Amino acid sequence: MSGATQSTAVSTGRITRTLIYLVLLLFALFYLLPFFVMVVNSLKPLDEITGGNMMSLPQTWTIQPWLQAWSSAQIGVEPTGLRPYFLNSLLMVVPAVAISTGLGAINGYVLTKWRFRGDNIIFGLLLFSCFIPFQIVLIPMATILGKLGIAGSIPGLVLVHVVYGVGFTTLYYRNYYAAFPTELVRAAMIDGAGFFRIFWRILLPVSGPITVVSVIWQFTNVWNDFLFGASFGGQSQPMTVALNNLVSSSTGVKEYNVHFAGAILAALPTLLVYIVAGRYFVRGLMAGSVKG
Amino acid sequence: MASRADDADFRTKLQEWIPKLVLSPSVALMLVFVYGFILYTIYLSFTGSKMLPKYDLIGIDNYVRLWGLSAWWTAVSNLAVFATLYITICTAIGLTLAILLDQKIRGEGMLRPIYLYPMALSFIVTGTAWKWFLDPGIGLEHTMHLWGWESFEFGWIKDRNMAIYTIVIAAVWQTSGFVMAMFLAGLRGIDNEILKAAQIDGASNWSLYRRIVIPLLRPAFLSAFVILAHLAVKSYDLVIALTGGGPGRATELPATFMYSYTFTRNQMGTGAASAVIMLMTIAAIMMPYLYSELKEKK
Repeated sequence: MSGATQSTAVSTGRITRTLIYLVLLLFALFYLLPFFVMVVNSLKPLDEITGGNMMSLPQTWTIQPWLQAWSSAQIGVEPTGLRPYFLNSLLMVVPAVAISTGLGAINGYVLTKWRFRGDNIIFGLLLFSCFIPFQIVLIPMATILGKLGIAGSIPGLVLVHVVYGVGFTTLYYRNYYAAFPTELVRAAMIDGAGFFRIFWRILLPVSGPITVVSVIWQFTNVWNDFLFGASFGGQSQPMTVALNNLVSSSTGVKEYNVHFAGAILAALPTLLVYIVAGRYFVRGLMAGSVKG
Repeated sequence: MASRADDADFRTKLQEWIPKLVLSPSVALMLVFVYGFILYTIYLSFTGSKMLPKYDLIGIDNYVRLWGLSAWWTAVSNLAVFATLYITICTAIGLTLAILLDQKIRGEGMLRPIYLYPMALSFIVTGTAWKWFLDPGIGLEHTMHLWGWESFEFGWIKDRNMAIYTIVIAAVWQTSGFVMAMFLAGLRGIDNEILKAAQIDGASNWSLYRRIVIPLLRPAFLSAFVILAHLAVKSYDLVIALTGGGPGRATELPATFMYSYTFTRNQMGTGAASAVIMLMTIAAIMMPYLYSELKEKK
């Protein structure tokens, strides 16, 4: 994806090139418009939204909707704003990402450098588990979380996200480590280095790019998850569930500006991660999964 | 001396076992929480469970009931429409944008993130944005009226027959940029020598792409198809946020059907049966793909 690789560009005339730019810009508009509308309208007072044009900039700029969405909007029955739910999401996402990435790394290491009979079957089972529709596990999961006493809690959600995230992280690390020369690992073994020393000293130091991919992937998935949060969140609902409660509540006046501010608040962490590290993510993802 | 030999023996054995020990927690979690749970749900789908799991086997009654429900047929036919359009449009837009972006475009570095950023958002956020944008009273239709186009009408989201297409629009908006990135990576991986040779032979731009480039993108097409198809079957959040399954039941999908039958209508057996059908659909798509993937890598 960088300048080093050549494009397959063909020679084209001036009119064609203008057309190409036009199409590309139109699509850029298509992708930007809904988000632009949200941002602009989150900064307007409510009467300007219901009476005015969604495309126009605010006549009176206000951050009141943002403050309201953050700390005083009605979520369900409590006027708490989104703040406590934002915290829930953070408390859930950090351990879930850390644990699933750690497990994925060590699994990938075993599955490529310490192969054994049947390892391909295990990998196949893990791989398929990435793609299952989660409806198939909802009923027993509800029962088990209750039996373990972690239903409706942050640890419960962390467990769920680790279990259904480890397939993807293993896939990433396995594909990445598969390209790492096994001779180096053999040489270290002959020198007497053990399982963990080889992992720490030889493989982990070169795992930067794939760790970025794994962390971003897991962070985005766990933060954006709605199904598990809504099913098992209980008293510790994550941000997406709270946002849906805010937006679809049927009582009182619909405060669209507050809804938009809330939606952007919910999107902010993943957007930030994406803006800061998105280019590495796409690069690593393509190297890992498409060309495999 | 014998003890020392035993010791060495023990250590080699240990070295052999460590990798398996390290892998075992993940394998155990997977066997219980994925495959154990799948078997459990399959079992429930043959029981008369209502509000809580029951273990009385009643044969295939739940499946018979399920396929007799008009709500389930609505969900399945909605999924067929949604998946077909979603996969086709995403692939078409993704491929077009990738090919156009690949023409040594100035500002590619600016455009790429703009196309891609929606994939960082939650479907709930996407749904919130589009629900409003598509609302005739305040969104696009209203704006067009204010701009003087009085006869402009766009009320799909309130129209039983058209609402499913609004789900397609929002879903395409969210993922087509990602498909573009997959195709772009594929294009950048093509050996330029092949293209130069074809150009020297006098192939036109159009036939160059149609005859040579697009066939070479086969792996990218396959990955895109698998990813989009499984996303389509799993679609849940977007429907909840955008239409809530409505108007009426017009935009129910199997995922929303399963949830409401299991947890709000207390028809757990039927809900489990619908989940099994969903799993089988995904398995039918994934199995051949996974099989070929694993075989190739040996």
